[in-house]
Amino acid sequence: MNIDVRSVQRATVGRGIAHDSARKHVAGEADYIDDMPELPGTLHAALVTSPVAHGKLIALDPAGALAIESVVAFCGPDDIPGHNDIGPILPGEPLFASEIVDYVGQPLGVVAAETFEAAVKASRAVHVDVEEREPVLDVETAHEAESYVIPSQTVAEGDVEAGLASAEQLIEGRLEIGGQDHFYLETQIAYAIPGEDGDMTVHSSTQHPTEVQHHVAHVLGGLANSVDVFVRRMGGGFGGKESQATIIAAAAALLARKTRRPVKLRLKRSVDMSATGKRHDMVATWKAGVRKNGRIEALDIEYLARAGNTPDLTGPVITRALTHSDNSYFIPAARFVGHACKTNTVSNTAFRGFGGPQGIIAIETIIDQVARELTLDPNVVRAINYYGPETGEVTPYGQPVEHNRLVEVTETILATSEWQRRRAEIDAHNATSPVLRRGLAMMPVKFGISFNLTSLNQAGALVHVYQDGSVHLNHGGTEMGQGLFMKVAQVVAEVFQVDIETVKITATATGKVPNTSATAASTGSDINGMAAYNAATAIKGRMTNVAADHLEVPAEEIVFREGRVHAGNRSISFAELAKHTWAARVQLSEAGYYATPKIHWDVKTLKGRPFFYYTYGAAVAEVAIDTLTGESRCLRADLLQDCGASLNPAVDLGQIEGAFVQGMGWLTCEELWWDEKGRLRTIGPSTYKIPGSRDVPRDFNVAILENAPNGEETVFRSKAVGEPPLMLAVSVWLAIRDAIASCGQPGISPKLKAPATPEHILEAVDDIRARGSATGVA
Amino acid sequence: MSKMQINITVNGKKQELLAEPRELLIHVLRERLGVTGPHVGCDTSHCGACTVDMDGKSVKACTVFAAQANGADITTIEGLGGPDGLHVLQQMFKEHHGLQCGFCTPGMITRAYRLLQEIPNPSEEEVRFGMAGNLCRCTGYQNIVKAILAAAAELNAAKEAAQ
Repeated sequence: MNIDVRSVQRATVGRGIAHDSARKHVAGEADYIDDMPELPGTLHAALVTSPVAHGKLIALDPAGALAIESVVAFCGPDDIPGHNDIGPILPGEPLFASEIVDYVGQPLGVVAAETFEAAVKASRAVHVDVEEREPVLDVETAHEAESYVIPSQTVAEGDVEAGLASAEQLIEGRLEIGGQDHFYLETQIAYAIPGEDGDMTVHSSTQHPTEVQHHVAHVLGGLANSVDVFVRRMGGGFGGKESQATIIAAAAALLARKTRRPVKLRLKRSVDMSATGKRHDMVATWKAGVRKNGRIEALDIEYLARAGNTPDLTGPVITRALTHSDNSYFIPAARFVGHACKTNTVSNTAFRGFGGPQGIIAIETIIDQVARELTLDPNVVRAINYYGPETGEVTPYGQPVEHNRLVEVTETILATSEWQRRRAEIDAHNATSPVLRRGLAMMPVKFGISFNLTSLNQAGALVHVYQDGSVHLNHGGTEMGQGLFMKVAQVVAEVFQVDIETVKITATATGKVPNTSATAASTGSDINGMAAYNAATAIKGRMTNVAADHLEVPAEEIVFREGRVHAGNRSISFAELAKHTWAARVQLSEAGYYATPKIHWDVKTLKGRPFFYYTYGAAVAEVAIDTLTGESRCLRADLLQDCGASLNPAVDLGQIEGAFVQGMGWLTCEELWWDEKGRLRTIGPSTYKIPGSRDVPRDFNVAILENAPNGEETVFRSKAVGEPPLMLAVSVWLAIRDAIASCGQPGISPKLKAPATPEHILEAVDDIRARGSATGVA
Repeated sequence: MSKMQINITVNGKKQELLAEPRELLIHVLRERLGVTGPHVGCDTSHCGACTVDMDGKSVKACTVFAAQANGADITTIEGLGGPDGLHVLQQMFKEHHGLQCGFCTPGMITRAYRLLQEIPNPSEEEVRFGMAGNLCRCTGYQNIVKAILAAAAELNAAKEAAQ
């Protein structure tokens, strides 16, 4: 039976149903790994980490640690029975450093003790001797030495040199973009339980159970089929538990293998923040050739990305930065280059947006600079550069911009945010307020949905219907708070037309659905939802035939509705039909599968159609800055986000609000700070400031774009939402630039680093005041 | 050092145990008593995931010694709901989607429970100020604040009806 996704009556999909574990969360009954009852004999573990940024490892002696009471075991690089390699994409990334140490906090080994406290104490008692070498701590030094962890990448289209040479005006600039710690509230954790035949069960707080499974197996010297990984929930992920969770799981499994006892490894916050990767900080420099009206004709951007000590996921992060350096603008001649600079700092990794935010803040800064130096309205400059029939509709990497909603979202947000009135008010305020300055900015986001690497765009699901009509649902996606489990359950309930309570949500398990992709790139509900849809639809088709036989009507007359199965005015319950289906010896279980259609990508030329579709959004932000202290506040934010036909608007609104505030944190208060020895000194919430309840916009208006089903055939025409709204926070940063610009003469563009900390705002205010009137380029 | 005898009441139940002088309340709750609602988020009293109510005050259980809690009456998230089910705050956090990953939720609600006794009818500003010691990385706080204000309104309405 062929069901058209668009025509299915929606009983469950599209409703704002609470998070699957909401009842348990509010009662304190939802078990995270650290809450699970411990098995008898459970040991606690702690990582031994490098105290220096770079050097030769001379000695790693656990004798002192093992002498401590209740300490049971140590595992270092020499205790790994399989491969000392956990590279997520490329080989050559050690679990434990063996000869050369490459950053402060790098795991060197792991100790196990009867108590957590003893393990932590023991981890500090392992004797580590390193012959120090001069570390490389900044991207410029690495770039000068051409020291990269992977080859540089270029997305290019058109004749950039000619475009720059013939431009009416040349605009040049540079932007330092800070990194970001994920600061998931639940630190990284794994619980490894040894079994018979060398098997290992691992409860891991990971977005990528399959990667944990494979690496644990290979570190232990076994095969993937000897390791079962379970993930019921994470206390936040944000990309930080994509590749990084492997370190923790593999270390715990090593000790479990060695001691033949269950081992739990939970990182203390300070260790989590120093040992695991973050969002890539980058330095962007550009040359733009523009017309006097602000139309960009040629653009050359170069990014120096801090890869850290290994590639990890830096390659695809840079690819996404390059494929989002156009954001919403058609640039006829473009060259975007990204270098993966090798530094003696922790290897940076996935973080919500995955390079997209860096690309988008760069192009938005360029647009803003162009407008200021040409004394044009930034929104006018945006509008004349938007993708569309007037400009062009193909990105520099070759993908057509289809189902374009840029004009719709930007015009709507300008109207609902009362832009014109507030622009005038703010200008009037600034004219008479020497200290407190206000700023206003609007920006759009166009974000590509799908993993850039085509092969990752596949998913599986396992659905069973039992004889009592209850439904068991499993899929490859993981729940980190984003509401994926509920969305996918809604899809299945919709297909069967049963109550949501009928569908049992179960922990992600590598033994049920194998070879999964990470829950990442915002694709969770798109691909797992569709796999579950396919599984449920197959079962429903078979049940329909049984119902047709039983009720003696053609299959076309069978209708599933409100928990019952109807043929004309006769009906039986879904449960009764399940029983009949079993009795008829027809399978009530299905492994569903989905591979995203239409996409292709050439990793050599960086051309193709990497994204199944684009999602669109727009934001207007208003800020106030204190030009004496450098402090800033976001006074109001208006957001509009395209979610297609939302599977669950309550969940999606939560994603939009949360992502925006997280993006604001990245661009305002969250600053990673390393000392001259390469030690990260912001390794806890006392020095690393994430937004608190008072740091969000006082007036916060968030809306989902209405009547906007996806133009592509996604599950119930929904769109992904996890990452895109994070980039709407660039509006806050642009509004701060606007406030700073009001301190200078017309024609001058502010020089503001990201994040816009009080120091950086003061620096930019002083600079723009010192520059006086407009002369030449910024 | 020798262990100390600690007598505490946790969620209405008297508990006697021996604790190291330096043992923290959060570890006594989680590891000895199996009360795992309060979580360890930052180890340094900044994130609020471990918030519990101690003798009528919100405390961060990761920076309270078990010895300091001797004789105290402790309420955790597990003790907020009555026999009829969820406390109004718990119900409102659920209804207003005041949670995502849920890791901060027990501490958040336990803090809000005390806040609404400190200020029974708080303004939004007072809620934001009163909750500033509890971090959430997922929600952006909007629905948390909404849930607390809704709970305050409901509790006040119930109080008025009772008078």
